[in-house]
Parts: sequence; C-alpha cells; structure tokens
Amino acid sequence: MSSLRPERFDLNDARDQPLSLCGKAFRAHMSGALYWPAEHALIVSDLHLEKGSHYAARGQMLPPYDTRETLRKLAEVIDMYDAETVIALGDSLHDATAAARIDAADLETLAILQDNRDWIWITGNHDPDVAPILGGHVLPGLTVEGLTLRHEPRAGAVTHEIAGHMHPAARLVVHGTALRRPCFISNGLRLVMPAFGAFTGGLNILDAAFEPLFGLDGVSVWMLGQEGLYPVATRLLRDD
Amino acid sequence: MLPEPFAQWFARRGWSPRAHQLALLQAAADRRSTLLIAPTGAGKTLAGFLPSLVALSSGKREKKGAGLRTLYISPLKALAADVARNLETPIAEMGLKIRTETRSGDTSVARKTRQRTHPPHILLTTPEQVALLLSHPDAGYLFADLDTIILDELHALAASKRGDLLALGLARLRTLAPAVMTIGLSATVARPTELRAYLMAQTEPDTTLALADVVTVKGGAKPDIKILAAEADIPWSGHTARYAMAEVYDAIRKSRLALVFVNTRMQAEYVFQELWRGNDDNLPIGLHHGSLDAAQRKKVEAAMAAGKLRAVVATSTLDLGIDWGDIDLVIHIGAPKGASRLLQRIGRANHRMDEPSRAVLVPGNRFEVLECRAAMQAAEAGAQDAMLSRTGALDVLAQHIIGMACAAPFQPDALFSEVRTALPYADLTRQHFDRVVDFVSTGGYALRSYERFAKLRPADGGALRISNARIAQQYRLNVGTIVDTPMLKVRLISGKRGAKISALQGGRVLGELDEYFVEQLPPRATFVFAGEVLRFEGLRETEVYVSRATASDPMIPSYGGGRFPMSTHLAARVRTMLADPKAWRALPAAVSHWLELQAERSIIPGPNDVLIETFPHHGRHHMVVYPFEGRLAHQTLGMLLTRRLDRAGLEPLGFVANDYALSIWCRGDVSAAITEERLSLAQLFEQDMLGDDLDAWLAESSLMKRTFRLAAVIAGLIERRHPGKVKSGRQVTMSTDLIYDVLRRHDPGHILLEAAWADAATGLLDIARLGEFLARIRGRIRHQPLTRVSPLSVPILLEIGREQVYGQAQDSILRDAAALLIREATGESAA
Repeated sequence: MSSLRPERFDLNDARDQPLSLCGKAFRAHMSGALYWPAEHALIVSDLHLEKGSHYAARGQMLPPYDTRETLRKLAEVIDMYDAETVIALGDSLHDATAAARIDAADLETLAILQDNRDWIWITGNHDPDVAPILGGHVLPGLTVEGLTLRHEPRAGAVTHEIAGHMHPAARLVVHGTALRRPCFISNGLRLVMPAFGAFTGGLNILDAAFEPLFGLDGVSVWMLGQEGLYPVATRLLRDD
Repeated sequence: MLPEPFAQWFARRGWSPRAHQLALLQAAADRRSTLLIAPTGAGKTLAGFLPSLVALSSGKREKKGAGLRTLYISPLKALAADVARNLETPIAEMGLKIRTETRSGDTSVARKTRQRTHPPHILLTTPEQVALLLSHPDAGYLFADLDTIILDELHALAASKRGDLLALGLARLRTLAPAVMTIGLSATVARPTELRAYLMAQTEPDTTLALADVVTVKGGAKPDIKILAAEADIPWSGHTARYAMAEVYDAIRKSRLALVFVNTRMQAEYVFQELWRGNDDNLPIGLHHGSLDAAQRKKVEAAMAAGKLRAVVATSTLDLGIDWGDIDLVIHIGAPKGASRLLQRIGRANHRMDEPSRAVLVPGNRFEVLECRAAMQAAEAGAQDAMLSRTGALDVLAQHIIGMACAAPFQPDALFSEVRTALPYADLTRQHFDRVVDFVSTGGYALRSYERFAKLRPADGGALRISNARIAQQYRLNVGTIVDTPMLKVRLISGKRGAKISALQGGRVLGELDEYFVEQLPPRATFVFAGEVLRFEGLRETEVYVSRATASDPMIPSYGGGRFPMSTHLAARVRTMLADPKAWRALPAAVSHWLELQAERSIIPGPNDVLIETFPHHGRHHMVVYPFEGRLAHQTLGMLLTRRLDRAGLEPLGFVANDYALSIWCRGDVSAAITEERLSLAQLFEQDMLGDDLDAWLAESSLMKRTFRLAAVIAGLIERRHPGKVKSGRQVTMSTDLIYDVLRRHDPGHILLEAAWADAATGLLDIARLGEFLARIRGRIRHQPLTRVSPLSVPILLEIGREQVYGQAQDSILRDAAALLIREATGESAA
C-alpha cells in the first residue's frame, strides 16, 4: 500500500508540489507552470497573449498589460527553476494577429527570456501559426521520454499525455465559503494543465467536457492559490 | 390666484388650495426653480404638477420641437406609474386636453420610438430613461419645448450615483431647453441647501452657489413613537427580535393595517415566518422585499391597497412614495439605523397630516435599545441625518460622456463647461475631465497602445464623434448606475429524492437570490425564502431549483442588501446617552442594570472618548474597541488594526465587528504590551493607518474588488451580464478581479482605480467616516485593562463565529482542504 501514499506535501511552503505522471517526476507550480526536473524543462499552457488588445479592437478597452503580466509571471518561474527549455503548450497567442500587436517592450522581454534557452511553441487552435517575430521553434506537438505534449487532449482513455486547451478550474466549498480557482487535473496517466495567461478564465472540471478524458473517478486535482498550490479532495468540489 | 377651471374643481371637491400649492404656482409664474419640502400627505405631488397643468390648459404656445412640456422623474418606475394614474383624475374631471404617458424599461419598443418624435405633454419616467433619451441624435428636437422638470423624492435620489447621472442629464436638458425650470419634491431633510443647489445650474462654481427657492411645509402632528415593552428580557445580541414576537403579533392584532419594517431581507423572511408560526387568528400577513418575484410583490401591494391584509413585513422596498392603503401602525424591528430613515418609514403610517403617525420600535438587542431611544429622541426633535455633500463619480461621468457622444459629436470645451454646471461636478478639474474622455476613448492607459481602436475620433472643428454605430448600441444596453449583484431565479419543483432535474420540471418562479448566497449553499440545504422553507435541489444555468421542505430549523438566507450602517447623527446621540447615567433611567431595567454593571467593573467612556478594553478570554487576549461608527467603518478598522498588531508581534487571530464595537483576539498579551509600553495605543490609532496599511490591505480586499467591479461596469469597461449571455460568460469572460490585479500592478494611477478608491472611501469601506473617527479620538483614548470580560463587551463577543469576516482567508480554505486530503490519503482518521 505504501506506493499509493502521496509524496510528502509541505503545506507551509506550498509554492510547488510533486506530481508524478506515468512514473516520471514533475513539480507543479502555483503559477500554473509544470517543471520537469529530469529534462530541465518548464511547461506552460494557454498564455493567450494580447487578449486585452483583442477585446480593445472590439470596443472593450481592457487593460493592455496582460502580455506584460503573463511574461512577468513566466520570467519568475523560469528563474526559480533555472529552466533550460521552455515549452508553451499552444494558444500562446489569443488570435491570429496577436503577434503584431505585442508592444516592443514586451517583445524585448520575451527575447531576453529566450536567450540561451530552447523555446518551443506548440501550436493551438487560437494560434495555428506562430509568427517568426516571436523566436523559438514551432511544432504541432512533441514527444519526450514517451510522453506526448500537445495542445488539445485526445478524446478517450489516452495515456502518456500532457495537454492544455481546456482551462480546467475547480470550485471548492469549505466552511460555507466557496472558492473557484484554476487547477491541474490528472489521473496519473495523463495531465491537463491550467491556463497560464493573465486574463484567462476557467472551465469547471465537473463539466461534461472533462468526462471523456478522465472518466468519473480516480482523478487528482491541485488548485492554484495565492500562496501555494494545494492538492484538494475531489469530493469537496462542486458544480458552478 | 387659482385660475379656472382649477378653482371650480377644487371647490367641487370641497378643497381649498394649500399655501404651498399657491406658492409653487407663483414661483412658476416668476419662472423660478423651487424645492418643495413637505411631509407625506401634504399634497406634494399635486403641488408639483399644478403649475404645469395650469400652463398647459391656458392657451396655445408655439411649438419649436416635439411638444414635450413637462418631464417628471422619479426614482421608482412604480411611483411614476402611480403618479400618472393620480393625474388622470383631475385631467379627466376638468376636461383638460393634456396627454400624459409613462416610460420605463417595460414600455414597448414601438411606443418608446413613437415617444421620441411624438411625445405626450407630460412624460413620467426614471433617471435611466432620461439618459437614454438624451443619447439619441433627436434629443434636441424632443426637448426643445421643455418647460418644467419635476424631480420627485429628490432626497432619495440626489446623494447617489444615480443622482450624479441625473444631475448630468439635467445639465444637458438645460442646454437643450435654456428656459427650463425645475421643481424638486422632497421629504424633510437636514440640509436643504444641497438639494436647492442640485436643482440649479452652477454657472459660477468657483465663487457662488446658485440656489433654488425653497417652500417648506411644516409637519403636522408629532409622531407617536414607543419602544415595545416585551415580557422577556432583551437579548445580549442578535437582530431577530424573536423574544418580542408575541407582543409584535398582539400589536398587529390591535391595528387595522400594520407595516412591519425590517432592515434586511433575511430579517424579513425570519419575522414573517415567526409571525405565522404564532398566527392563531389566521390574520392575513404578507411579505414584501426586493428579492421576491415582481408578480408576487404586486399581489401583496394590491391586497394592501384593497384592505385585504392586516400586516405586511417589508424592507426598504416600501420606504418610498406610493400609497398602498390605510396603514395605522408602523412596527420597526431592529434599530432604524438613521433618524431620517425612521421618519420616512413612520410617515408611511397615516397619510393625514393632522393625526399623529403611530410607531413601535422593537430593538433586537441591548445596544439597539440605546439606538432606538436615540432615534426616538431625534424623531421627536425632528432632527435629520445630514446628507453628505457628494463629489460626482468619475465612472458615471464616463458613462455620460459616451452617451453625449452617441447623441452628437461634442466639443470637449463645451461639454466640460456643461458638466460643471451639475452640482456634483462643480469642482471637477479639466485634467480629470480630459482623463475621463481619454478613458472613454482608449481606456486611458499609461501604455498608449489602443489609439488605433479609439472609440472617439476627431470630427470637424475639434469635436469628437463616436467611431462606429456599435458603440451607441453598447451604451444603450449598459446605461444606468444600478449594478446588482448577479441574481439567480428561484424555481419551485417537486422534490422527489434522487429525481433528476430536467428543464421540463420547471414550476413557479418564487423570486431571485444573490449568486454569492447560492454559491455557498451545500446540496439539499434548507432555507427560508418567499416565506416558505425550501430545500436547495440544484443549480441549472441561471436558475436555482428548490423544493418545499418541512424542516423546522432551516438555515436562513444571508443574502445581501439593505444593511445600512448606523448614521453618524444617531451614533453621536448613542454615545451621549451612554455617557450620561441619568439618561439610563428611561431605559428598560435589564439595560440600565447592564450599564451600571459596566460602570462598576470597567469604565463608561465620555461622549467624545473611545473606550478600549483588553482582557483574556478562552485562552486568547481580546482587545475590544467601541467607536460607535457603524459596521462598515469598524470592519475596515478591524482589518487595519489586525495588520498593525501583527507587526507588533501580538499575533492577531481574528476579529468581529458590529455597528457599535469591534473585538480583535490575539495570541499575544495585549494588556501587558500596553501597560509595559511596548504597544502605544496613540500610535496604533494614528491616522497614518489610512496610508500605507490601507493601501496594502486594499490590494487584497474582496470589498475593494467588488467596488472596482461596479465602477468598471458603470464606466463601460465591462459589459453588464444580460440574461442568456450568462452561461457562456462563465468560461470565456475573465473575472474583473484579474483586471483589478493587473491594473494595480502595471498602471496604479489609472483613473478607474481612482474612481473605485473614491467609492470605497464613502461606500463599503467607509474610509471617510473612519478618518473622521481617528481625528476625533486623538488624545481621547481611554484604555482599561481587565482580568475578565466586561459587561459592555458581551454583545460583540457573542457575535464571534456568527459573522463571516471578509478577508484573506482564501488560502487557508485551500490549506484546510489539502490537509483533509492528506489525512484521508495517509489513513489518519479525522475522528
């Protein structure tokens, strides 16, 4: 039975938590990023850069700082792990013309982050092409050590997969107080990552859309807090 | 004075015109704007309309525009409809050729469109509709003949964001119809100057305040107010007044029609339930509050008017204007929180001026006894709460500017001058105005990346025009300053256990519940709503499904709305009463005994002092502060003191606040820290806490985020949630909290943060009042270390655990949930 015991959680310093997938060890971070120590690789999903300006073009003047904020968060977590490779799991750009709208200062930040580092953009439905101006390599998907990294999770009981796209979020009710937060969701064989972008919303993991991926039970959920990442008992989770 | 056929009509009814009605006619003849202050029952509305009716009935006047002569604006569409009905009688009986119509959100599109080109002579409507009418390009034609604007219940409108919007609308109406005259109708107010100035164009805002004339009708008989004498002792804490229900019922039994006022919807549900529980005579008792379905509310109103009810339990939804029947007693459950509110509510009883209105106050706890006495004294002295003079909100200005741009291209110079004629914006600087224009156009961000998406574009001669027609559509869908918390429909279904909820099952809609409340309902929880005990069956899109339950001890809804803090005026009276042992004799024995005990065991603070008690209790060290400044200011103070005590190493664990006091409990020994001079109370309560500490706390405060959301919606940054759009909204729309966080970090000087801050200062955080308190108590802090709980502190200590305190508890919730998981996973049982 001891193999079923969770690895040690430290709730006092909960900024990241151990997460294992098909026998490989990862660190899941409170920002929504996933670090793969063996590969020195940092994985993030659904940055949705320039979502603010996308809305602005339609008359809703949301703050133009979401790209800046997303890159700031990304820089922090890259620094923390000193990652050698960064993999963005698709929907890095909010729409097809987003790259052209990125502010020069933000482009420079991105270039600095990419310096001396392998940078891989995996394409998503929002960004089937990633403009060369953003640097890095562009791939439709990637397999590393038997694990496939792609944007959209394959339907059905697929294993050995890390994906994004779904923007998973969980809603928790404890002591009469409700809390809704983005989350990591995994059954030990596949993982769906939370959206990393500053202006991204979330879809409740109790929504029917998650059922074909994970079935009805045996999932683990880690919710993103302001001071840490917290594994949460699924029976505490609620519909919206 | 009164021309025909009016003189004859009055005579036929056996009336003679009242002095104030004639005074208003004279003022109108002299074209002078006037404020009429009169108690209910004085014929205020007729007085307001007489000048218009007389003018409209006497001969033809040349038409320059569409022919709309009089605009009547009321805070409630129901009141507008009621007044329209009442106008029909004199118009019909005198055979006047005057057309009157109402206009509200419910008016059909065809009628609304027709009203813009072929309006009636008199249009009765609400501030939002005025804003909409002014945003059309044909507004100039529509209002060209406008002669009189009547503003009803002005006291209820002026000092709010709605009042700001209306003031801006008035400014534009004066531009379109320069000769227009205003008539304000108001209940008695403490400082009529504000309202008189509100009615006028402030053409020289820097030097002189333009004031309308004022006509005051003295109140009739003094109200007859009593505090209910109950057999049971008044409880230490709580607001339900359960102890007095038998006596309340008895009072209802002895009256013709009693109006039972409460402060919150929760209390309304509770009191209604309790009254029916002991309703041995089967008296028809109704319920009326803002969450109930409109149809159900209308039924209760009609039954009242028809004399079919003996009592109605109501919240502030019945505060204003409309006559619903022959009410002869007002029962007020809980403290009235303000002298003006009490007078307003008492005025609902007996609409004949010469007979006293009868009212009974039912305090819910011991502190409320003091507050009820204070309110009674204030009412007897005819004292009113002073209305705060108001600085116009910038989010409302943003909405107005876009509305004006939708009507026609505007010259910024001209619009700025026009806006400054509105009283709330008389002090507006050009710099602020320009920043708001910039916000409307491009979001007003320091990072100027949205120029190419600008909503306002240069037109001829330096004017600005909207860049496309969609902007006008967007504006019209989002107009108004009332942003409700998201509400969910409550639908009754049959509650077979395990039955799957299907759309076909849909039964009657009972009303609406606050989304925040629903979010916290555990499955199958029971609660009281619409006067019934219901079980929560589930949530489906925007509807809450409930079934009838028989639970005898239901969990009670705590949905928001209607929780006013105690007014400054009443607070001062309460402090004075507390400081004067002679005044205690008038109080019930249990209460005066309680205060005597306090004098013996601790101290009674002077009227301008603040008492701070520190003592150990249940293994923790409490610090109880008694500012009497209202719940909102106390909550803010509690948050800030907690931060400071934390820095002082006293390890605060939590706090609780009510209208009178707050208590903070710590691990560290606060008494010792003060007496050993490690902690200085003077420094702890130094005004500088409103600087950095406040700023740091606000970064996290959920109250601030809520305030920001309201400002963002009003200013047009975020679109309102419209029915039907809600479902997709959930996953696609980001929450305004994210926007707030990003804006604070990357553009801390942004105008919308400034607007939200100003709102918070007077609204949910009541920083303005807290600032006044901190200034008042400098050098007047009286500290009393004790070895045990003091009598005065018992009520606040009893509230611990009952009140949910807003705060940064979010991660602790996650931590608890995680700890639970670990315990389960590692096989340690929680038992």
